[in-house]
Amino acid sequence: MIVTTEKLTKRYGDRAVVDEVSLSVRRGEVYGFLGPNGAGKTTTIRMLLGLVKPTSGTARVLGEAPGTPKALLKVGSLIEGPGFYPYLSGRDNLRVHAHRRGVGKTHVEAALEQVDLVGAANEKFRRYSLGMKQRLGVAAALLGQPELLILDEPTNGLDPAGMADMRDLVRALAAQGQTVLLSSHLLGEVEEICDRVGVISNGKLVAESTVEQLRGDTVLLIKADPIEKAHVLIEGSSLHGDVLHVRETDAGALVRTLVHADVDVQEVRPLRRTLEEVFFEMTGVA
Amino acid sequence: MGSVKAELLRLWKWPATWVLIGVWLVMSLTFGYLFNYLALNGGTNTRDLSQQQLISAMQPENVGAAVVRGLPMFGGAIILVLAALAIGSGYGWGTWKTTLTAGPRRISAMAGTLGALAIIVVILVTLTLVVNFGAAVTVASLEGWDWSLPGTVLFEQLAASLLVAAMWTGFGVFLGVVTKGPALAVGLGLMWAIVTENLLRGVGSLLGPVESLTKVLPGGSAGNLAGAVGGSGAPGVLNDLSGTTAALFLVGYVVFFLGAATLLKVRRDLV
Repeated sequence: MIVTTEKLTKRYGDRAVVDEVSLSVRRGEVYGFLGPNGAGKTTTIRMLLGLVKPTSGTARVLGEAPGTPKALLKVGSLIEGPGFYPYLSGRDNLRVHAHRRGVGKTHVEAALEQVDLVGAANEKFRRYSLGMKQRLGVAAALLGQPELLILDEPTNGLDPAGMADMRDLVRALAAQGQTVLLSSHLLGEVEEICDRVGVISNGKLVAESTVEQLRGDTVLLIKADPIEKAHVLIEGSSLHGDVLHVRETDAGALVRTLVHADVDVQEVRPLRRTLEEVFFEMTGVA
Repeated sequence: MGSVKAELLRLWKWPATWVLIGVWLVMSLTFGYLFNYLALNGGTNTRDLSQQQLISAMQPENVGAAVVRGLPMFGGAIILVLAALAIGSGYGWGTWKTTLTAGPRRISAMAGTLGALAIIVVILVTLTLVVNFGAAVTVASLEGWDWSLPGTVLFEQLAASLLVAAMWTGFGVFLGVVTKGPALAVGLGLMWAIVTENLLRGVGSLLGPVESLTKVLPGGSAGNLAGAVGGSGAPGVLNDLSGTTAALFLVGYVVFFLGAATLLKVRRDLV
């Protein structure tokens, strides 16, 4: 495990912003940390980076206590937007960061290349577009070839093209075997990129599994005539108006059964819950 | 060492650093030499200073006094602003979170910032000395005075200048960390350095205990140290305490400001 937390809790006064969160991120996976705004994602991530001290519970990052140099030097992060000096160029900002991480100029150039910012590296950070700023943030996170990349809402504020660019970048990193913890409230983004997902709501981790497991079994929708006869013929089916729902993957066998019984099959298609539906169900957000 | 390099790089390339240093150098030359020179050559009001005093203030051998006399109030205020901006701006820009997640321990990151600020302040004091010396030599040459190089007292005056500058730097750092932003830190700092202590000195003439207190406040201690090493003749310079006592108070303030700021930085959540 790259990251583990055990009953990690952060309270401000009586309010538990993060409430006994126990999650785990495995090596080589893209872990989606999903939750509505204000659910506790950023606070959890800040605890993993040592910026915020937990009220109770424990966390280990790459086997080390969060916030220690041993842990931080193996982690690259981008939290709630990039934090850079506006008057410095992109390259100089990375040089400053490289000094702190103890890596040389070659790493700076490699990181700029990786996020496709070489052409704009000498421009002042304050003149960057939002997308360029986010990419520079990822470049800073990549300095020193970290074992774990923590990206908190990396597509926040980006236009659709910028979001697509960022998703491509994360996908490319994942393809290289990079472990990524990606926090987001954008379900499509998580569904597209992530191997496993942790869903946090009101400070509590309400689910942790693969996206597939989270969606649950695929249900087949069957439209047939007469529908009542089909309902009797197919064991375990449930009638929803003029259609049947059945948890069954062998659609061919089902159709054969119905046709042999002189039932007119009009439509058969898989009915999958989207991550969005699952998310709304779990978080109570509508 | 990496943290010092990082901070030095970003402070070196920060326009605010050079604007503030530039403003201070212009102020130092204007009030230390230009106005005195104009007063000497046809001025109608010489602020109760005799010609001999004006000449003495501009002599190259007294350049150390010229450097130290500006720092207790106006120079100190500029240094305080520089330090408060250097620390406080990081909260608004979000660079503290980048710094504190880069790898070094918080105490090392803070030491890096303080180390880089110390280097910038040493540069500021050195530039003040060089520019003032250049001005003094120019005036002496224009006036045809015989002049000589400063004596060993220069080292004492430079040490005092650095201690005063260190105190104001510490004050700015402290305010930047406490207020977690540049605006309030600069506002409070300037108000303290330029207004509050002067007001208290005014009240001190009515209330004895307040008068005693003003002598050992940050600006008062700085003024007394400047006065003790021969830097009299400028606003904020006092002659109420011995140099040693004033220096001890200043060391105490440096330790308190930097210690408290570092402790807060290390212990406080960054949200």
